[in-house]
Amino acid sequence: MTSDANPYLTSLNCPVPYAESERVLLGHGAGGRLTAELLEDMILPTLDGPQEQPGPLEDAALLPDHPELVVSTDSFVVSPLFFRGGDIGSLAVHGTVNDLAMRGAWPIALTVALIIEEGLELSQLRSVLTSLGKAAREAGVPVITGDTKVVGRGAADKIFINTTGVGRVLSSLRPSAALAQPGDAILLSGPIGLHGTTVLSTREGLGFEADIASDSQPLHRLVRAMARLGGDVHTLRDPTRGGLAAALNEIARDARIAVEIEESALPVPTPVAAACDLLGLDPLVVANEGCLVAFVAPSAADEALALMRTQPEGSGAVRVGQVPREGQPGRVVIRTLVGARRVVDMPLGELLPRIC
Amino acid sequence: MKYLDEYRDPALALQLLDELHRTATAPWQIMEVCGGQTHTLVRQGIDELLPAGIRMVHGPGCPVCVTPLETLDRAMAVAARPGVILTSFGDMLRVPGSSTDLLSLRARGADVRVVYTPMDAVRLAAELPDREVVFLAVGFETTAPANAMAVLHASRLGLSNFSMLVSHVLVPPAMTALLESPDCEVQAFLAAGHVCAVMGWTQYEPIAARYRVPIVVTGFEPLDLLEGILMAVQQLERGQHTVENQYVRAVRRSGNTEAQDVLRRVFQVTDRSWRGIGTLPASGLELTDEYAEFDAAQRYDIGGMRPEEHPECIAGAILTGAKLPTDCTAYGVRCTPRHPLGAPMVSAEGTCAAFHAAGRTRQARSPA
Repeated sequence: MTSDANPYLTSLNCPVPYAESERVLLGHGAGGRLTAELLEDMILPTLDGPQEQPGPLEDAALLPDHPELVVSTDSFVVSPLFFRGGDIGSLAVHGTVNDLAMRGAWPIALTVALIIEEGLELSQLRSVLTSLGKAAREAGVPVITGDTKVVGRGAADKIFINTTGVGRVLSSLRPSAALAQPGDAILLSGPIGLHGTTVLSTREGLGFEADIASDSQPLHRLVRAMARLGGDVHTLRDPTRGGLAAALNEIARDARIAVEIEESALPVPTPVAAACDLLGLDPLVVANEGCLVAFVAPSAADEALALMRTQPEGSGAVRVGQVPREGQPGRVVIRTLVGARRVVDMPLGELLPRIC
Repeated sequence: MKYLDEYRDPALALQLLDELHRTATAPWQIMEVCGGQTHTLVRQGIDELLPAGIRMVHGPGCPVCVTPLETLDRAMAVAARPGVILTSFGDMLRVPGSSTDLLSLRARGADVRVVYTPMDAVRLAAELPDREVVFLAVGFETTAPANAMAVLHASRLGLSNFSMLVSHVLVPPAMTALLESPDCEVQAFLAAGHVCAVMGWTQYEPIAARYRVPIVVTGFEPLDLLEGILMAVQQLERGQHTVENQYVRAVRRSGNTEAQDVLRRVFQVTDRSWRGIGTLPASGLELTDEYAEFDAAQRYDIGGMRPEEHPECIAGAILTGAKLPTDCTAYGVRCTPRHPLGAPMVSAEGTCAAFHAAGRTRQARSPA
């Protein structure tokens, strides 16, 4: 290394293979294996959460001593702020509403906290907030309190939004990642890969953005439509960061079950498939913001599909797989188009487009 | 999904598999040169459905994997310099050098950016005249024309703050080197369709004739690979050794002559080191003297590297098809995508990463 090299960077002389362990990488926030490591090794041990509620990490938590109430919080840092099919404002509503819905809850109220970068154009801020308000009204959930901070230029990327939601559990729905069981049918409410490929294409100007739009939408009405199935709905999960691959791996781990899906049954829209092919990405690991995966008792699977299809956001619902009665717990397997089986692993971290 | 579905039809795949089972009467070892093809084979599990005697040997065609350690160390040394923006394709960022990788350098403050085409790097240089923009230009004949175009564009714009760290490699010399090896067990090749889309296949004809090996120019979809394997097996069974083209929808015998002209203007053939394999004569591309001003290796004082491979990594044996990832004692234990010891575990096209992502843990079956 030459003498004018950045002194903060590591020396290049050590022959020992290097693994970054002292700093946070972007991949730590991508919802895959790195995120799980950060949670398990650092965040959860230091927070020393309520010991009476051990178990899987869910999209939302039951409120202690109030079993009918559910709370969830999420932060939104998407770039660009506006993309086809949505923006950071509507996403901040849909994301938290959906996290509540995945525990079978109907949203009661939202809080909104804004962290705004100095220099953001007021017209952009107004557009984001207008969209946020519209999304909340359409979801039927009031924003009851909030907070606003402004930080110096460079200390944030235009605007970060945190939303916290409180919800009330719907009738007899008690879905949990740990409740998926052998024999369960695995249902998917709609196509996968739309949000991630839309945002990537818009951010990088890849040219696919004319053909695709984010699937960002609230899913609480879809979940309400399934409520009559009660305890037959074992698990609900919206496959956001890390995509369907991460969601299925988390459920397989938390419920200690095997999962098997059919590649031919997966709804992958043509432009998503084309974009993923070009970039070397797997649609299974690309983020979604408007679909859910449900593990349902086999006897209720057909009715669940029919109920999902009564709602616009579930009109494309399909059965994509099942929980085999025998199989290695924690392992997700896909039956490929040519009839072979392969493991679907937990994605590692940041999506890195390949060279060619 | 017409243009993709046609090449992913399960019923047609079963027909091709049936025909393969009827055709193969002897064990054959076929190398797919390209990492993209390795990825499809393993991702779809095609190699496990083939007749028992047919063994697919995974070749050196992952551009990320064969980029020399010294080039990576140089890229990191450049990225560490103040004022530099180091750009490359995404999957280069996680490849371990001697002591770190570009993603980790980015977390420590280096300005490392993913680009999708080399023209993005040229645009960046034009937009930021006070910064030095360096593009890490790796890959086979597939990516070289676009990189050559980027140099021509930067030259036309008169950009003095753009340069490339060039480490291009060429497929035919690698195939020849493999065939010259006394341990070579490869009896036929699937040539990479996209390389041939640029270069055509005339360079492969003397190789097929001299070493008496069938070479089938093959695409990347599941049906492409099944048909390519079938065509190779049919030749082997008949004792033929010609170059055939499975990928007729994309490849002409003479290739893309315009792209070849651009390549010849900007690059010249040179000896090149391949990670895990060693130096192969006339196996790489470097900038010609006319465009040497865009050569980052000359622009920056980045000599004196002492690259060190991890002693446990058997990347060379993996890249030449001599061993499978599951033969490696470190595979899946001390070497994972999270902590790769060598490049084949990094790129999606790397054989080790493809095996790991597909959950391969056992020894693949031996030829009958």
